[in-house]
Amino acid sequence: MTSQGFMQIALYVITLLLLAKPLGIYMARVYQDEPVGLNRWFAWVEKILYRFSGVKPEQEMRWTQYAIAMLVFNLLGLLAVYALQRFQDILPLNPQALPAVSPDSSFNTAVSFATNTNWQGYSGEATMSYLTQMLGLTVQNFVSAASGMAVLVALIRGFIRRNTETIGNFWVDMTRSTLYILMPLSLILALVLVGQGVVQTFKPYQTVNLQQAVSYQAPKLDADGKIVTDAEGKPVTETVETNEQTLALGPAASQIAIKQLGTNGGGFFNVNSAHPFENPTPLSNFLEMLAILLIPAALCYTFGVMIGDTRQGWAILAAMTLVFVALIAVTVPAEQSGNPSLSALGVDQAAAAQQPGGNMEGKEARFGVVNSALWAVATTAASNGSVNSMHDSFTPIGGMVPMWLIQLGEVIYGGVGSGLYGMIVYALIAVFIAGLMIGRTPEYLGKKVEAFEVKMSAIVILIPPLMVLAGTAIALMMDAGKASIFNPGAHGFSEVLYAFSSAGNNNGSAFGGISANVPFYNFMLGMAMLFSRYWLMIPVLAIAGSLAAKKTVPVGPGTLSTHTPLFVMLLIGTVLMVGALTFVPALALGPVVEHLQMIGHK
Amino acid sequence: MLSNLKPAVMMLLLLTTLTGVIYPALVTAFAQAFYPDKANGSLIKDQQGTLLGSTLIGQPFSDPKYFWGRASATSPYPYNAAASSGSNLGPTNPALADAVKGRIDALQAFDPDNKTPVPVDLVTASGSGLDPHISPASADYQVNRIAKVRKIDPEKLRDLVQSHTEGRQWGVLGEPRVNVLTLNLAMDAIH
Repeated sequence: MTSQGFMQIALYVITLLLLAKPLGIYMARVYQDEPVGLNRWFAWVEKILYRFSGVKPEQEMRWTQYAIAMLVFNLLGLLAVYALQRFQDILPLNPQALPAVSPDSSFNTAVSFATNTNWQGYSGEATMSYLTQMLGLTVQNFVSAASGMAVLVALIRGFIRRNTETIGNFWVDMTRSTLYILMPLSLILALVLVGQGVVQTFKPYQTVNLQQAVSYQAPKLDADGKIVTDAEGKPVTETVETNEQTLALGPAASQIAIKQLGTNGGGFFNVNSAHPFENPTPLSNFLEMLAILLIPAALCYTFGVMIGDTRQGWAILAAMTLVFVALIAVTVPAEQSGNPSLSALGVDQAAAAQQPGGNMEGKEARFGVVNSALWAVATTAASNGSVNSMHDSFTPIGGMVPMWLIQLGEVIYGGVGSGLYGMIVYALIAVFIAGLMIGRTPEYLGKKVEAFEVKMSAIVILIPPLMVLAGTAIALMMDAGKASIFNPGAHGFSEVLYAFSSAGNNNGSAFGGISANVPFYNFMLGMAMLFSRYWLMIPVLAIAGSLAAKKTVPVGPGTLSTHTPLFVMLLIGTVLMVGALTFVPALALGPVVEHLQMIGHK
Repeated sequence: MLSNLKPAVMMLLLLTTLTGVIYPALVTAFAQAFYPDKANGSLIKDQQGTLLGSTLIGQPFSDPKYFWGRASATSPYPYNAAASSGSNLGPTNPALADAVKGRIDALQAFDPDNKTPVPVDLVTASGSGLDPHISPASADYQVNRIAKVRKIDPEKLRDLVQSHTEGRQWGVLGEPRVNVLTLNLAMDAIH
């Protein structure tokens, strides 16, 4: 790795950790209903929201009520996004006159945005009207993130409270997450991004002149505008010349800010943050990348503040950061080492002052290898899934790390809310394993971990791998699944495995060569996203309810400390063990085989 | 279940107004007031007001008198800014090596004396298909070819490239890069 690359990575990780504490404290105050400054201005908005919705903010919910409120709200959001896409052709703010989206693609996208996955089977600038992007996708970016944060806060209350039935009010937690955390941060980020060159306009796409005309093959049209076909039924093509370029525009900055901050990841344009209008400069790239992990990292500190022991929050943040840094150290050198088959052609892939070198296929010149690989690790550590380079063109090892990070269950920082509640579930499993080893009833944060919690934790940990492995297996046994594969050989298998890993863990990034916008994948991946979101949230809320009902046990001489380096290692070990045992066989068939083929080809 | 319906419907409507209407409208108002050029696509105009392109979006160049940019995988033609796309070719896909070989051959056909290795970013497709930049090494690789076609001093051309080279932002972030479109426009303006 070059020293310039090392500095950029260090700057990123340090900035992230420095911001975790102040933002963590702020968020804890928001959830504990303490004054945060902003509520002086926005308390009236909050009150209006509750009054018109008939919500009584002081009314507490049992875990079942909390779960039902969350599910009903998410279902409605899903239906709204579906309807907006199906009727966008007759709705306003559609300057490009884009047609209605197909039913299967609409279903997939609606599920994708409601579940905070933001898998994108469609191409943004060629599919979605400005109205759909704003009222459908941007809104879900906010509320799906807020739903995840609400479930986390409910789980934390489970640890704090004792001998009670209730874990808070979903509407309050969701509203406060949106109003006091996501909106202000998005507003700031969006404004800075516009200053860097991200577009934000309601004007239609802009046509400009090309400096050199370009000719291409286009299907020939007859007088009625129908495609002319030859004797075999294939379309006849003709050479067409154009000297114009159409620039896709739109209200992008507002959506990009929240897609990064809410670990959503759904780009305004097809190529996401690789697009110069979505991510124009190295500074915009740094800020967007920071926004990916900012809230998930800070929530660890929030957790520590709320349970009254910040060391517990630091311990979890430390476990996440150690895995994160270790995997950066694998991915960046893998991408920097380049592609041996290009070296054979006389291509210079060595990093130097005048060029980034390395594997530049699918990467942007302004980001180079380091910022592309760093983004890939950050976006898959969190369940963000936005990209600034094409993961499908990564080297086998460089692409395997992001895929494995997704498969670890999105707990290395993870999604906003969902990452930390996933990690807390892993902590329960870790103390359970430790308890088995030392022969004591396991406890975590003063609560006994008993059969019910461990069963629920097992569901949380087992559902995503089931979706990933069973989904991949089904797809590969069916012609409809294999027909969408783009790259040949082991890499083609990786494309399918990555798609189900991404959907089955609510990430949303892709090995983009796969043609996923077909009914088979729209349905299969849609189902995987639904199960992996809600069949994790429901057991987590069940754990919250069960913990809240328990009494707190005092710390004794036999209590396992959960803020020590020993526990950090135990936690990392548990996460990696589950991730490795479950996925190494599948990874061996894809990226590992491809890596051996690539280096053997020299 | 039903008791949640009213809060759910109303909350969705109100939060849609807040985050889907007011928030983007606020950002748009600010953007159009303070950064109208950037918010509308960083467009380049000549004195007559003709739109020559965007500083952020690359254009296809294959004429030897111009600097060439990154390869673009958009369809149906390269640098189609209404349909951004990468190639998605995997590292071991033979189509990748074939495509790179084709680009090297095209470069060398106009510049047979240049025996130096080709910088990787010049013969690989960008992630967006719209990358406006190449590395300084890729620009330098093309200087002799263009100088010969345009019959100008290569050193003068190098100075021009230098003036269109951006360093790392704040000296740290990103990579040094050359904007191909603005460089070519500047070259046309002089010669």
